[in-house]
Amino acid sequence: MNKLILGRYLPGDSLIYQLDPRGKFLITFYFIGIVFLANNVVSYGFLLLFVLFAVYLSKINLGFFLRGLRPMFWLILFTVVLQMFFTPSKTPLWSFGILTLSKEGLIISAYIFIRFVLIIFVSTLLTLTTTPIEISDSIESILKPLKAIKFPVTQVALMLSIALRFVPLLIDETAKIMDAQRARGVDFGEGGLIKRIKSFVPILIPLFVSSFSIAYDLAIAMESRGYKDGEGRSKYRVLSWSMRDTLAAIVMLVITVILLFIRSY
Amino acid sequence: MEIIFKNVTHSYEANNPLAALGLDDVSVDIKNKKFTAIIGKTGSGKSTLVRHINALLKPTSGTITVGNREITPDTNNKNLKPLRKNVGMVFQFPESQLFEDTVEKDIMFGPMNFGVSEEDAKLAAHDMIKLVGLDEKYLSKSPFDLSGGQMRRVAIAGVLATHPETIILDEPTAGLDPVGRKEIMDLFKNLQSEGKTVILITHNMDDVANYADEVIVMHDGRKVAEGTPMEVFNNQKLLRDDMLTLPQSAIFAQKLSKKYFKFDQLPITISDLSTEIKRQINGD
Repeated sequence: MNKLILGRYLPGDSLIYQLDPRGKFLITFYFIGIVFLANNVVSYGFLLLFVLFAVYLSKINLGFFLRGLRPMFWLILFTVVLQMFFTPSKTPLWSFGILTLSKEGLIISAYIFIRFVLIIFVSTLLTLTTTPIEISDSIESILKPLKAIKFPVTQVALMLSIALRFVPLLIDETAKIMDAQRARGVDFGEGGLIKRIKSFVPILIPLFVSSFSIAYDLAIAMESRGYKDGEGRSKYRVLSWSMRDTLAAIVMLVITVILLFIRSY
Repeated sequence: MEIIFKNVTHSYEANNPLAALGLDDVSVDIKNKKFTAIIGKTGSGKSTLVRHINALLKPTSGTITVGNREITPDTNNKNLKPLRKNVGMVFQFPESQLFEDTVEKDIMFGPMNFGVSEEDAKLAAHDMIKLVGLDEKYLSKSPFDLSGGQMRRVAIAGVLATHPETIILDEPTAGLDPVGRKEIMDLFKNLQSEGKTVILITHNMDDVANYADEVIVMHDGRKVAEGTPMEVFNNQKLLRDDMLTLPQSAIFAQKLSKKYFKFDQLPITISDLSTEIKRQINGD
């Protein structure tokens, strides 16, 4: 649980932290989209430089991002190796049966590797610099147009913020229950597959029981504080869009233009 | 079993920007067959300290000796069962660990994990349910049909069923009513007088005064004092530095000493206090 860097928030203060979360959220997805525009060495190098610059701006240690790659290591390796040996080519450097190693294959796998790094770095950057509650607020505000088709945006937003609020709570609870069962002699992660799965029963049942009782208590507490349904409530956390957010969006546009230019060059 | 902490430091999430020091160079000696209370403010490292005793946490540096077992930073997770069988741990709100469909099975869960046969585990369940003050008819019920206090008792029975030599209690009476609280504390005192080592984490200073033989005071991850309850509650420096609150009797004695009474040492239990008052009224 502790090894997964992606999805965690790291308290800090820098330009990236101060950006409007809605902007950051959209820019991150936009960036993941334009990564696929890159098609040659210069464009990939350009994107890599841009991402490293963003990491630099965030004032977070680069080593932290590199560690974030670790859980994805096998996926990256699998994809890269697959590309390396299964790219068809007229001039293979080496071939054996269906395996072919060629210059094109090497280049494509290098591209894919960089693509992985870019996407993981950017999404790690988003979650490290944005609190979960800011993310749920930005999802609410991005989904707002869906109200037109009767999509319950406020309820979904409330659901999201409660869910996010409970993630750390449930992680703590899980750790506590695991410790308690360990003290009673359960070995997690030992023995065969069936035994391992069985050893999770003493965690899952108490976890479900406590989740339901927390949900019940929370519902009553919310009702007693005057909550009826999502509609007609005011907002306490207000997001503010400022000059630098507009600038960040403009930077993204400029980057797209440059990318398109390099691409066709 | 004697438990010796030697220069134990524990850092949560070591080698990480979020690292936080839980224990800072703690050396304590928890005596065999005594009732030791660990006190200190929230976040002072009490829970972190006791989790080292059955290797739920391992020290970042230093060693812990539990009986003839040594726990070091390099201790691996294999072969911890004998240690955990000997060190029973009742967590805060232990009712959250119940999961079986009957109380009996839940109490048997611990012993069976440590390799006790089914019949013996069943016998232990029957003994333990009575020991914690519940009727045997509860054995066939679902633990989730019980009241909070009864669940607490079942959970404690489940820990005691492995017959541990050392019992660690992390605020075992939190949220219980006064009668239940006294019953549970008396139960642990009895177990101690039968030869078990009891370690209690508590915020209730009256429990410390009434039950403990030894007290360890923690503050900011460090041990700041240890001794008998009498010594610790009369330690003026701790009181001045606000690392300690007093039992009710001692607070009352402090108030009395502002009027005609005079105490060389603050009485910490009601009986000490009343004897002292009687002596001063008759004597002087």
